[in-house]
Amino acid sequence: MLELRNVSKVVGRDYHIFPTTLALKRGTLNVLLGPTLSGKTSLMRLMAGLDRPTEGQLLFDGTDVTGMPVQKRNVAMVYQQFINYPALTVYENIASPMRIAGKDAATIDREVKKAADLLRLTPYLDRTPLNLSGGQQQRTALARAIVKNANLVLLDEPLANLDYKLREELREELPKIFAASGAIFVYATTEPSEALLLGGSTATLSEGRVTQFGDTIRVYREPSDLLTARTFADPPLNTINLVHEGGQFLHGGQPILPVPSHLAAIPSGPVTVAFQPHHLMLAPRPFSHPLATRTQVSEIAGSESFIHLDFAGEKWVMLTHGIHDIDPDQMIDVHLDTRHLMAFDPATGATLAAPHPTAA
Amino acid sequence: MNKTWNNKAWFMVLPVLVLVAFSAVIPLMTVVNYSVQDTFGNNQFFWAGTDWFVQMLSSDRFWNALARNLVFSGIILAIEVPLGIFIALNMPKTGPGVPVCLVLMALPLLIPWNVVGTIWQVFGRVDIGLLGYVLNSLGIDYNYTQDPVDAWATVIVMDVWHWTSLVVLLCYAGLVSIPDAYYQAAKIDGASRWSVFRYIQLPKMKRVLLIAVLLRFMDSFMIYTEPFVVTGGGPGNSTTFLSIDLVKMAVGQFDLGPAAAMSIIYFLIILLLSWVFYTVMTQSDAEEK
Amino acid sequence: MARISLDHIRHAYNAKAKAAGDYALKKVHYEWDDGGAYALLGPSGCGKTTLLNIISGLLHPSDGRILFDGKDVTTLSTEARNIAQVFQFPVVYDTMSVFDNLAFPLRNRQVPEAEVKKRVEHILEMTDLASMAGRRAQGLTADQKQKISLGRGLVRSDVNAILFDEPLTVIDPHMKWQLRSQLKRLHRSSRFTMVYVTHDQTEALTFADKVVVMHDGEIVQIGTPAELFERPSHTFVGYFIGSPGMNVMPVSVTGTTARIGDQTIALSGAPKLSSGAKVELGIRPEFVRLSREGMAIDIAKVEDIGRLKIVRARFCGQPLSIVLSEDDEIPADPRVTFDPGAIGIFADSWRVGMEG
Repeated sequence: MLELRNVSKVVGRDYHIFPTTLALKRGTLNVLLGPTLSGKTSLMRLMAGLDRPTEGQLLFDGTDVTGMPVQKRNVAMVYQQFINYPALTVYENIASPMRIAGKDAATIDREVKKAADLLRLTPYLDRTPLNLSGGQQQRTALARAIVKNANLVLLDEPLANLDYKLREELREELPKIFAASGAIFVYATTEPSEALLLGGSTATLSEGRVTQFGDTIRVYREPSDLLTARTFADPPLNTINLVHEGGQFLHGGQPILPVPSHLAAIPSGPVTVAFQPHHLMLAPRPFSHPLATRTQVSEIAGSESFIHLDFAGEKWVMLTHGIHDIDPDQMIDVHLDTRHLMAFDPATGATLAAPHPTAA
Repeated sequence: MNKTWNNKAWFMVLPVLVLVAFSAVIPLMTVVNYSVQDTFGNNQFFWAGTDWFVQMLSSDRFWNALARNLVFSGIILAIEVPLGIFIALNMPKTGPGVPVCLVLMALPLLIPWNVVGTIWQVFGRVDIGLLGYVLNSLGIDYNYTQDPVDAWATVIVMDVWHWTSLVVLLCYAGLVSIPDAYYQAAKIDGASRWSVFRYIQLPKMKRVLLIAVLLRFMDSFMIYTEPFVVTGGGPGNSTTFLSIDLVKMAVGQFDLGPAAAMSIIYFLIILLLSWVFYTVMTQSDAEEK
Repeated sequence: MARISLDHIRHAYNAKAKAAGDYALKKVHYEWDDGGAYALLGPSGCGKTTLLNIISGLLHPSDGRILFDGKDVTTLSTEARNIAQVFQFPVVYDTMSVFDNLAFPLRNRQVPEAEVKKRVEHILEMTDLASMAGRRAQGLTADQKQKISLGRGLVRSDVNAILFDEPLTVIDPHMKWQLRSQLKRLHRSSRFTMVYVTHDQTEALTFADKVVVMHDGEIVQIGTPAELFERPSHTFVGYFIGSPGMNVMPVSVTGTTARIGDQTIALSGAPKLSSGAKVELGIRPEFVRLSREGMAIDIAKVEDIGRLKIVRARFCGQPLSIVLSEDDEIPADPRVTFDPGAIGIFADSWRVGMEG
């Protein structure tokens, strides 16, 4: 188990990482989700021992490893860029960490073949990395990280430079690979959808702070604050500031939404209401409530449409099934599924009530 | 940027630190010691205070040498930097010409200073030197041992020949790091050759140019070997730069006190001017942030 | 603004490849409407960048001609073609202000300063950059820089087309949404012909009126996002568009039914098949209905990805993906039915028509 106890990193006067406490268990996949410069890479460098924390402790299986340099830890890292030894064959690339560790030839051969099989590299073992596609190059880097048999494998946006479809395939394979090894995997990404597809646990990061850490789907469904909800929404989260009063949400003094049962207990007064784009619909459904909005742009993505809306100056996105090319600047009624509303304290951003648990 | 921390690193640089201490710090301290005392070489020292400094700073000899240095460095920078950029811009970016050009450019840099001096000393001689002979047979009255202007021209041409490559290589490194998209975008925007230089190449070369200017300034300001070999500081005192004067004073006349004071002044001038260069050139960088 | 005609274009990167018939781009013969928004979509190495470079004039095709509004521009240089391009990584002139960056293409063309000011201010307004007009371009964020690159293309009223080469690669997901919808608005208001190269289906589908799907140097389908989704003309399109991609399984067809294992599946008509072809049935995960009735499946895994659930199952020995919405439930004895209207029959990977 890797434990971070109040670990922080200060460079000059800036906190790159605010004091962070995390515990990552063996054999788990942990996603660090956040936009560029939110501190994902800084946090990984601290975990790896590439940087020394300004304050706090790092424990590995209960042993303090805070000052231990990266060479002495059993850590593997895979980067966004495809980093391999260009002059070595794929076989030798994968074998390299074991050669350094001084393993015998039979073990090396067995392990290389196993990893190559897992990552579907067997036909390419004799080639050099530069004669491979991007996906194959990155698989080689992943294979090298796996055979190292590291306790901690850090993957820093490993799929960012790959084609969309290749990403989809590797994303499916990776959790299986992770499950097969007993290491702690840490995976940084900017894409919420990638975190959801990978599953495992997710820590959301924003400006050097871990805003929440837990089971991926739970963090998505039950964010503890507005920042987490925003970090974890793609398309972007829709929000509006309203006033809660007498079972209604008021906007400019007028009631616009009934308060759903799961939010009935929140205190009266100002509240930030948020909801996911797919909870806005074009047709009414049970538990939905109509709102008059002005259309902006419609984007059609095959089976779905993204319709950008303006509600009293708030920019919203609706994600709806089917193809709907709605002209801009039309007033239309959209229907909000109130069962999935989230409510946040406008001052602190903290969740006021847990959202309705889904049917599943 | 975050750096890897590792205590072993200090042990690795320790030999260098020791070396610097013995080769720079200790001699510098000795010089400081000499500069405030008077000695006749028999290990007897008399406190001189700031006398030597006052003497140096009020002597024409010092100011003349300093002026020569400044003019020389000015000319060198004015020639080598634009010329270096020009050559770098015209070097091929891809293809078999690249290694050829790079080797050609690196050649002068590989030749030791005193050899460069000797080459040009012979090359420019009126009797047996190819350059001197050709120039004279063309009707140009050229003789670097007698005419101060010819002596200067020779030293400058020699320095340009020797060191422009450094500027070229640095600029070239800066140029090849510019992604192709920039040139394509500029074409699409209808930018002229000059605009491409002014708005893409120059800004991207700025960092390496800063290094090139600093290096060339410090080096040319401290020039010693080449003029010493070629002209010996003459004719007259026309190519007697501070460094040459310093050696004349210390070794030739054995005026250790004034020479030490001069060294320190010299050192401070280089430090000051380098700092000024650096600040001015990085200033514009900071504004952009 | 121009109509772009690609007249029997082929391209091989060198003479040897050409002799061997090894074309990076094979037979492209299409006409693109003036003012249209097109996306070139495909994996790396499919030839989309080659085609873009042929349009921009960075490459001259081995065969064929390219015409802008009927005028042959095949041999013209990039500058002479009067096009604008936005690159993968933002290209800005670091030392200039945002305003000067936008004014640059106009000033280079000796546009009077009053006109420059008017046009630049208009573009600053359109791209939401007005508040930072006086700032130096250096030190801006990637999305702001990319907006400047885009603005430099929009500022000229006379460009024939604006080309985009994977312009959102370096942009964070949240900003992508903003930039994409802004791009769409800009296209609507400016009506420039726009060509957008990407490997990301969402970007291609949301941006374009017509998406050009490329595979292995060939255009496999040109169509609206809806057409590509509902009627992919090649199994590659089915696989590449949609996530997860289309389920494709080998079947044997007799009349209006398809057989797989011991199951028969009703079709909407009789496919026109020639004998000897490899016949496959394709159905999108979205059109597989999961209920208590129909054909038996084994569910291997259910991935909860927030707003959707992806069910990974096996059906007659073949993998089958099913997409369910967040609130859908999975029955205890799961069975599937296929919507006959959503089934495509493919012979040697190409969609075949139906009779009746």
